[in-house]
Amino acid sequence: MKLTGAQILIKCLEKEGVKHVFGLPGGVILPTYDVLYDSKIKLILTKHEQGATHMADGYARATGRPGVCLVTSGPAATNTVTGLATAYMDSVPLVCITGQVTTNAIGSDAFQEVDIVGITRPITKHNFLIKDVRDIARIVREAFYIATTGKPGPVLIDFPVDVSRAKTDFVWPKDVFIRSYQPDVECPGVEEQLQKAADLIRASKRPVLYVGGGAIISGAEKEIREFVQKTGIPITTTILGLGIFPETHASSLRMLGMHGTHFANYAVQNADVLIGIGARFDDRVTGNVAKFAPHAKVIHVDIDPSSISKTVRVHVPVVSDVKSAMEKLNCLVTDKRPDIEGWLAQIAAWKQKHPMKYDAAGQKIHPAYVIEQIGELTQHKAIVVTGVGQHQMWAAQWYRFDRPRTMLTSGGLGTMGYGFPASIGAQLGKPQETVICIEGDGSFQMTMTELATAAYHKVPIKVFIMDNGYYGMVRQWQELFYKRRYSGSVIGPTNPDFVKLVGAYGILAIRIREKKEVIPAIKKALAHKGPVVVQCLVSKEANVYPMVPAGNALDQIMDMA
Amino acid sequence: MQHTVSVLVENHFGVLARVAGLFSARGFNIDSLAVGETQDPEVSRMTVVAKGDDRVVEQIMKQLNKLVDVIRVEDLTAKDMIARELVLIKVRANASNRNDIMHVVNTFRAKIVDVSPESLTIEVTGSEGKIDAMLELLRPFDLQEVVRTGQIAMARRGQLKAPSKCGGKSGPCRSSKKQAKKTKKK
Repeated sequence: MKLTGAQILIKCLEKEGVKHVFGLPGGVILPTYDVLYDSKIKLILTKHEQGATHMADGYARATGRPGVCLVTSGPAATNTVTGLATAYMDSVPLVCITGQVTTNAIGSDAFQEVDIVGITRPITKHNFLIKDVRDIARIVREAFYIATTGKPGPVLIDFPVDVSRAKTDFVWPKDVFIRSYQPDVECPGVEEQLQKAADLIRASKRPVLYVGGGAIISGAEKEIREFVQKTGIPITTTILGLGIFPETHASSLRMLGMHGTHFANYAVQNADVLIGIGARFDDRVTGNVAKFAPHAKVIHVDIDPSSISKTVRVHVPVVSDVKSAMEKLNCLVTDKRPDIEGWLAQIAAWKQKHPMKYDAAGQKIHPAYVIEQIGELTQHKAIVVTGVGQHQMWAAQWYRFDRPRTMLTSGGLGTMGYGFPASIGAQLGKPQETVICIEGDGSFQMTMTELATAAYHKVPIKVFIMDNGYYGMVRQWQELFYKRRYSGSVIGPTNPDFVKLVGAYGILAIRIREKKEVIPAIKKALAHKGPVVVQCLVSKEANVYPMVPAGNALDQIMDMA
Repeated sequence: MQHTVSVLVENHFGVLARVAGLFSARGFNIDSLAVGETQDPEVSRMTVVAKGDDRVVEQIMKQLNKLVDVIRVEDLTAKDMIARELVLIKVRANASNRNDIMHVVNTFRAKIVDVSPESLTIEVTGSEGKIDAMLELLRPFDLQEVVRTGQIAMARRGQLKAPSKCGGKSGPCRSSKKQAKKTKKK
């Protein structure tokens, strides 16, 4: 029996095991939405396509399965751009299907036409324009394959409306083979490189393990934990690597970089061997690249050869999936050696001398306090999703992550407004788990239209808005580097009454002003069955410390007085 | 330094934009770019000539390799390679200087492909150096139009070859993937 292109597309999504799609309909995607109406795939109807992409992203990061968006052409397609770029920077598997005008109208400036394949070329792992109904099944199959294998990433499929109406036989390709894309084939020479790495580690006196999001994507938490437990080598992570190793463990140096701990940054700057695993030496991690880890021989395990020696020169590159490399490396390294005891003692002394701290005096609410308490009350087990700004850094510093896939944040692109919709996606993907969304008053307002989505689908996320009335990170930089001239960063006077606003959607809203209200509010939020938004009126001018100002070496750290 | 990079790609629409995009995204000027089908009509070969320090070029090659439509990438610069360019040159000519021009043409073993009362059209192939030298000698005669194909190049030894589209067998298969990758890796 012949099926329409739209029927084939939805059938392909079902075959790929898709349970949810995020998006909203419009002109040229109507044939596809019509078929979706009868499918067992659940549509999560969003209020904006950017929200749809962030939801799909949160869903993917929380579950490890690809997130799927289905939107129309033109403005809908361009609305997905920020979400796709966010996912691309952080290697998140998404498949985004955009409607397109009829194939013969493409290029004619037709109504709601835009060259989305051209626009998204540099921010997707790959993209497709389907020109023939007979190609749909193959292209969808390839799209999911490309999105989820190797270094994952977003893939866009542009789907013209005439192709969605055309008919053909449905043939599901049994297998995918793309001769120019072979992610599951091991790069030759990995064994030798790992042997070199092991030799270097064995001879080191001051080794540090530096782990990024690649380790989480690879599912290597068991191997990373085994490595640390076996060798006793201290571990620091990037923001995307949080949760790969319990931050409450003695070997954890917690996060490094611009807002990392003193001890993580000192350890890296004094290391003689730095073992980078699934991380890409981003400028927020390295500070001044020329002064980064000056004494260290660098080992770098990464699945992406173009990540290696991109910013920091690497002595032992290992192009490999993290999990399989760590499995092998664990067999090559020796147990805890007495000759790194001195190094561990040095690190312990740094921890003693420069602990993480915030101003806890008075009845004002310090945002770090709220996050610390959320961490305690959720036993560090919740999925935490953040926006971008000061609150993001406090969440990274103070929650103390315990498990992988529990810190979902826009690390690479730094997309304000990511947190709230992404938390909805994460909760839909992980209905049994507690999902906490930490937002700022600025960041939250970028995508708060999705309150309607959370309310309609009764998504029980717990949202905490750290409301300081500023674009806080901007204000912090202006305070420190622009003589306190708060150009454009004062938003308190423009903010709505969040409690009334959230209440209008039928969502429980709580406002707290004083420290003593924090724990009861968190408990109340956690106990509530549906979505909750807690507006925390926090100290207005609290800064995120420690801080390595841009251009400084990692050990030139500013801290609170 | 100038690099000559060969890129084997799937013969699809949009591939040229992907490859060119990697260069333009870095504000990198392409000196020349030539594209054409190979012995396999499903595979095209691009020859890209660009200047840049070795580290940047290495990075670009890695990024090219990551593109899904790119089958293989090779930097021919350091290799023993044969590089040629084809150029059509229309030069103003009349009875008084036609012989002088033809003397230059013969010296460079070029060809006259069109003659008119006011002009001569010359076809020449060769390395970039030869072409530049010839253009230098013709410049005094008033160059009216110059069209260059851009450089194409291949290594003298070995071959840059795409693995079979189905991995060596008639149907999709897993066993021969390894072999396919081996040829792809530098």
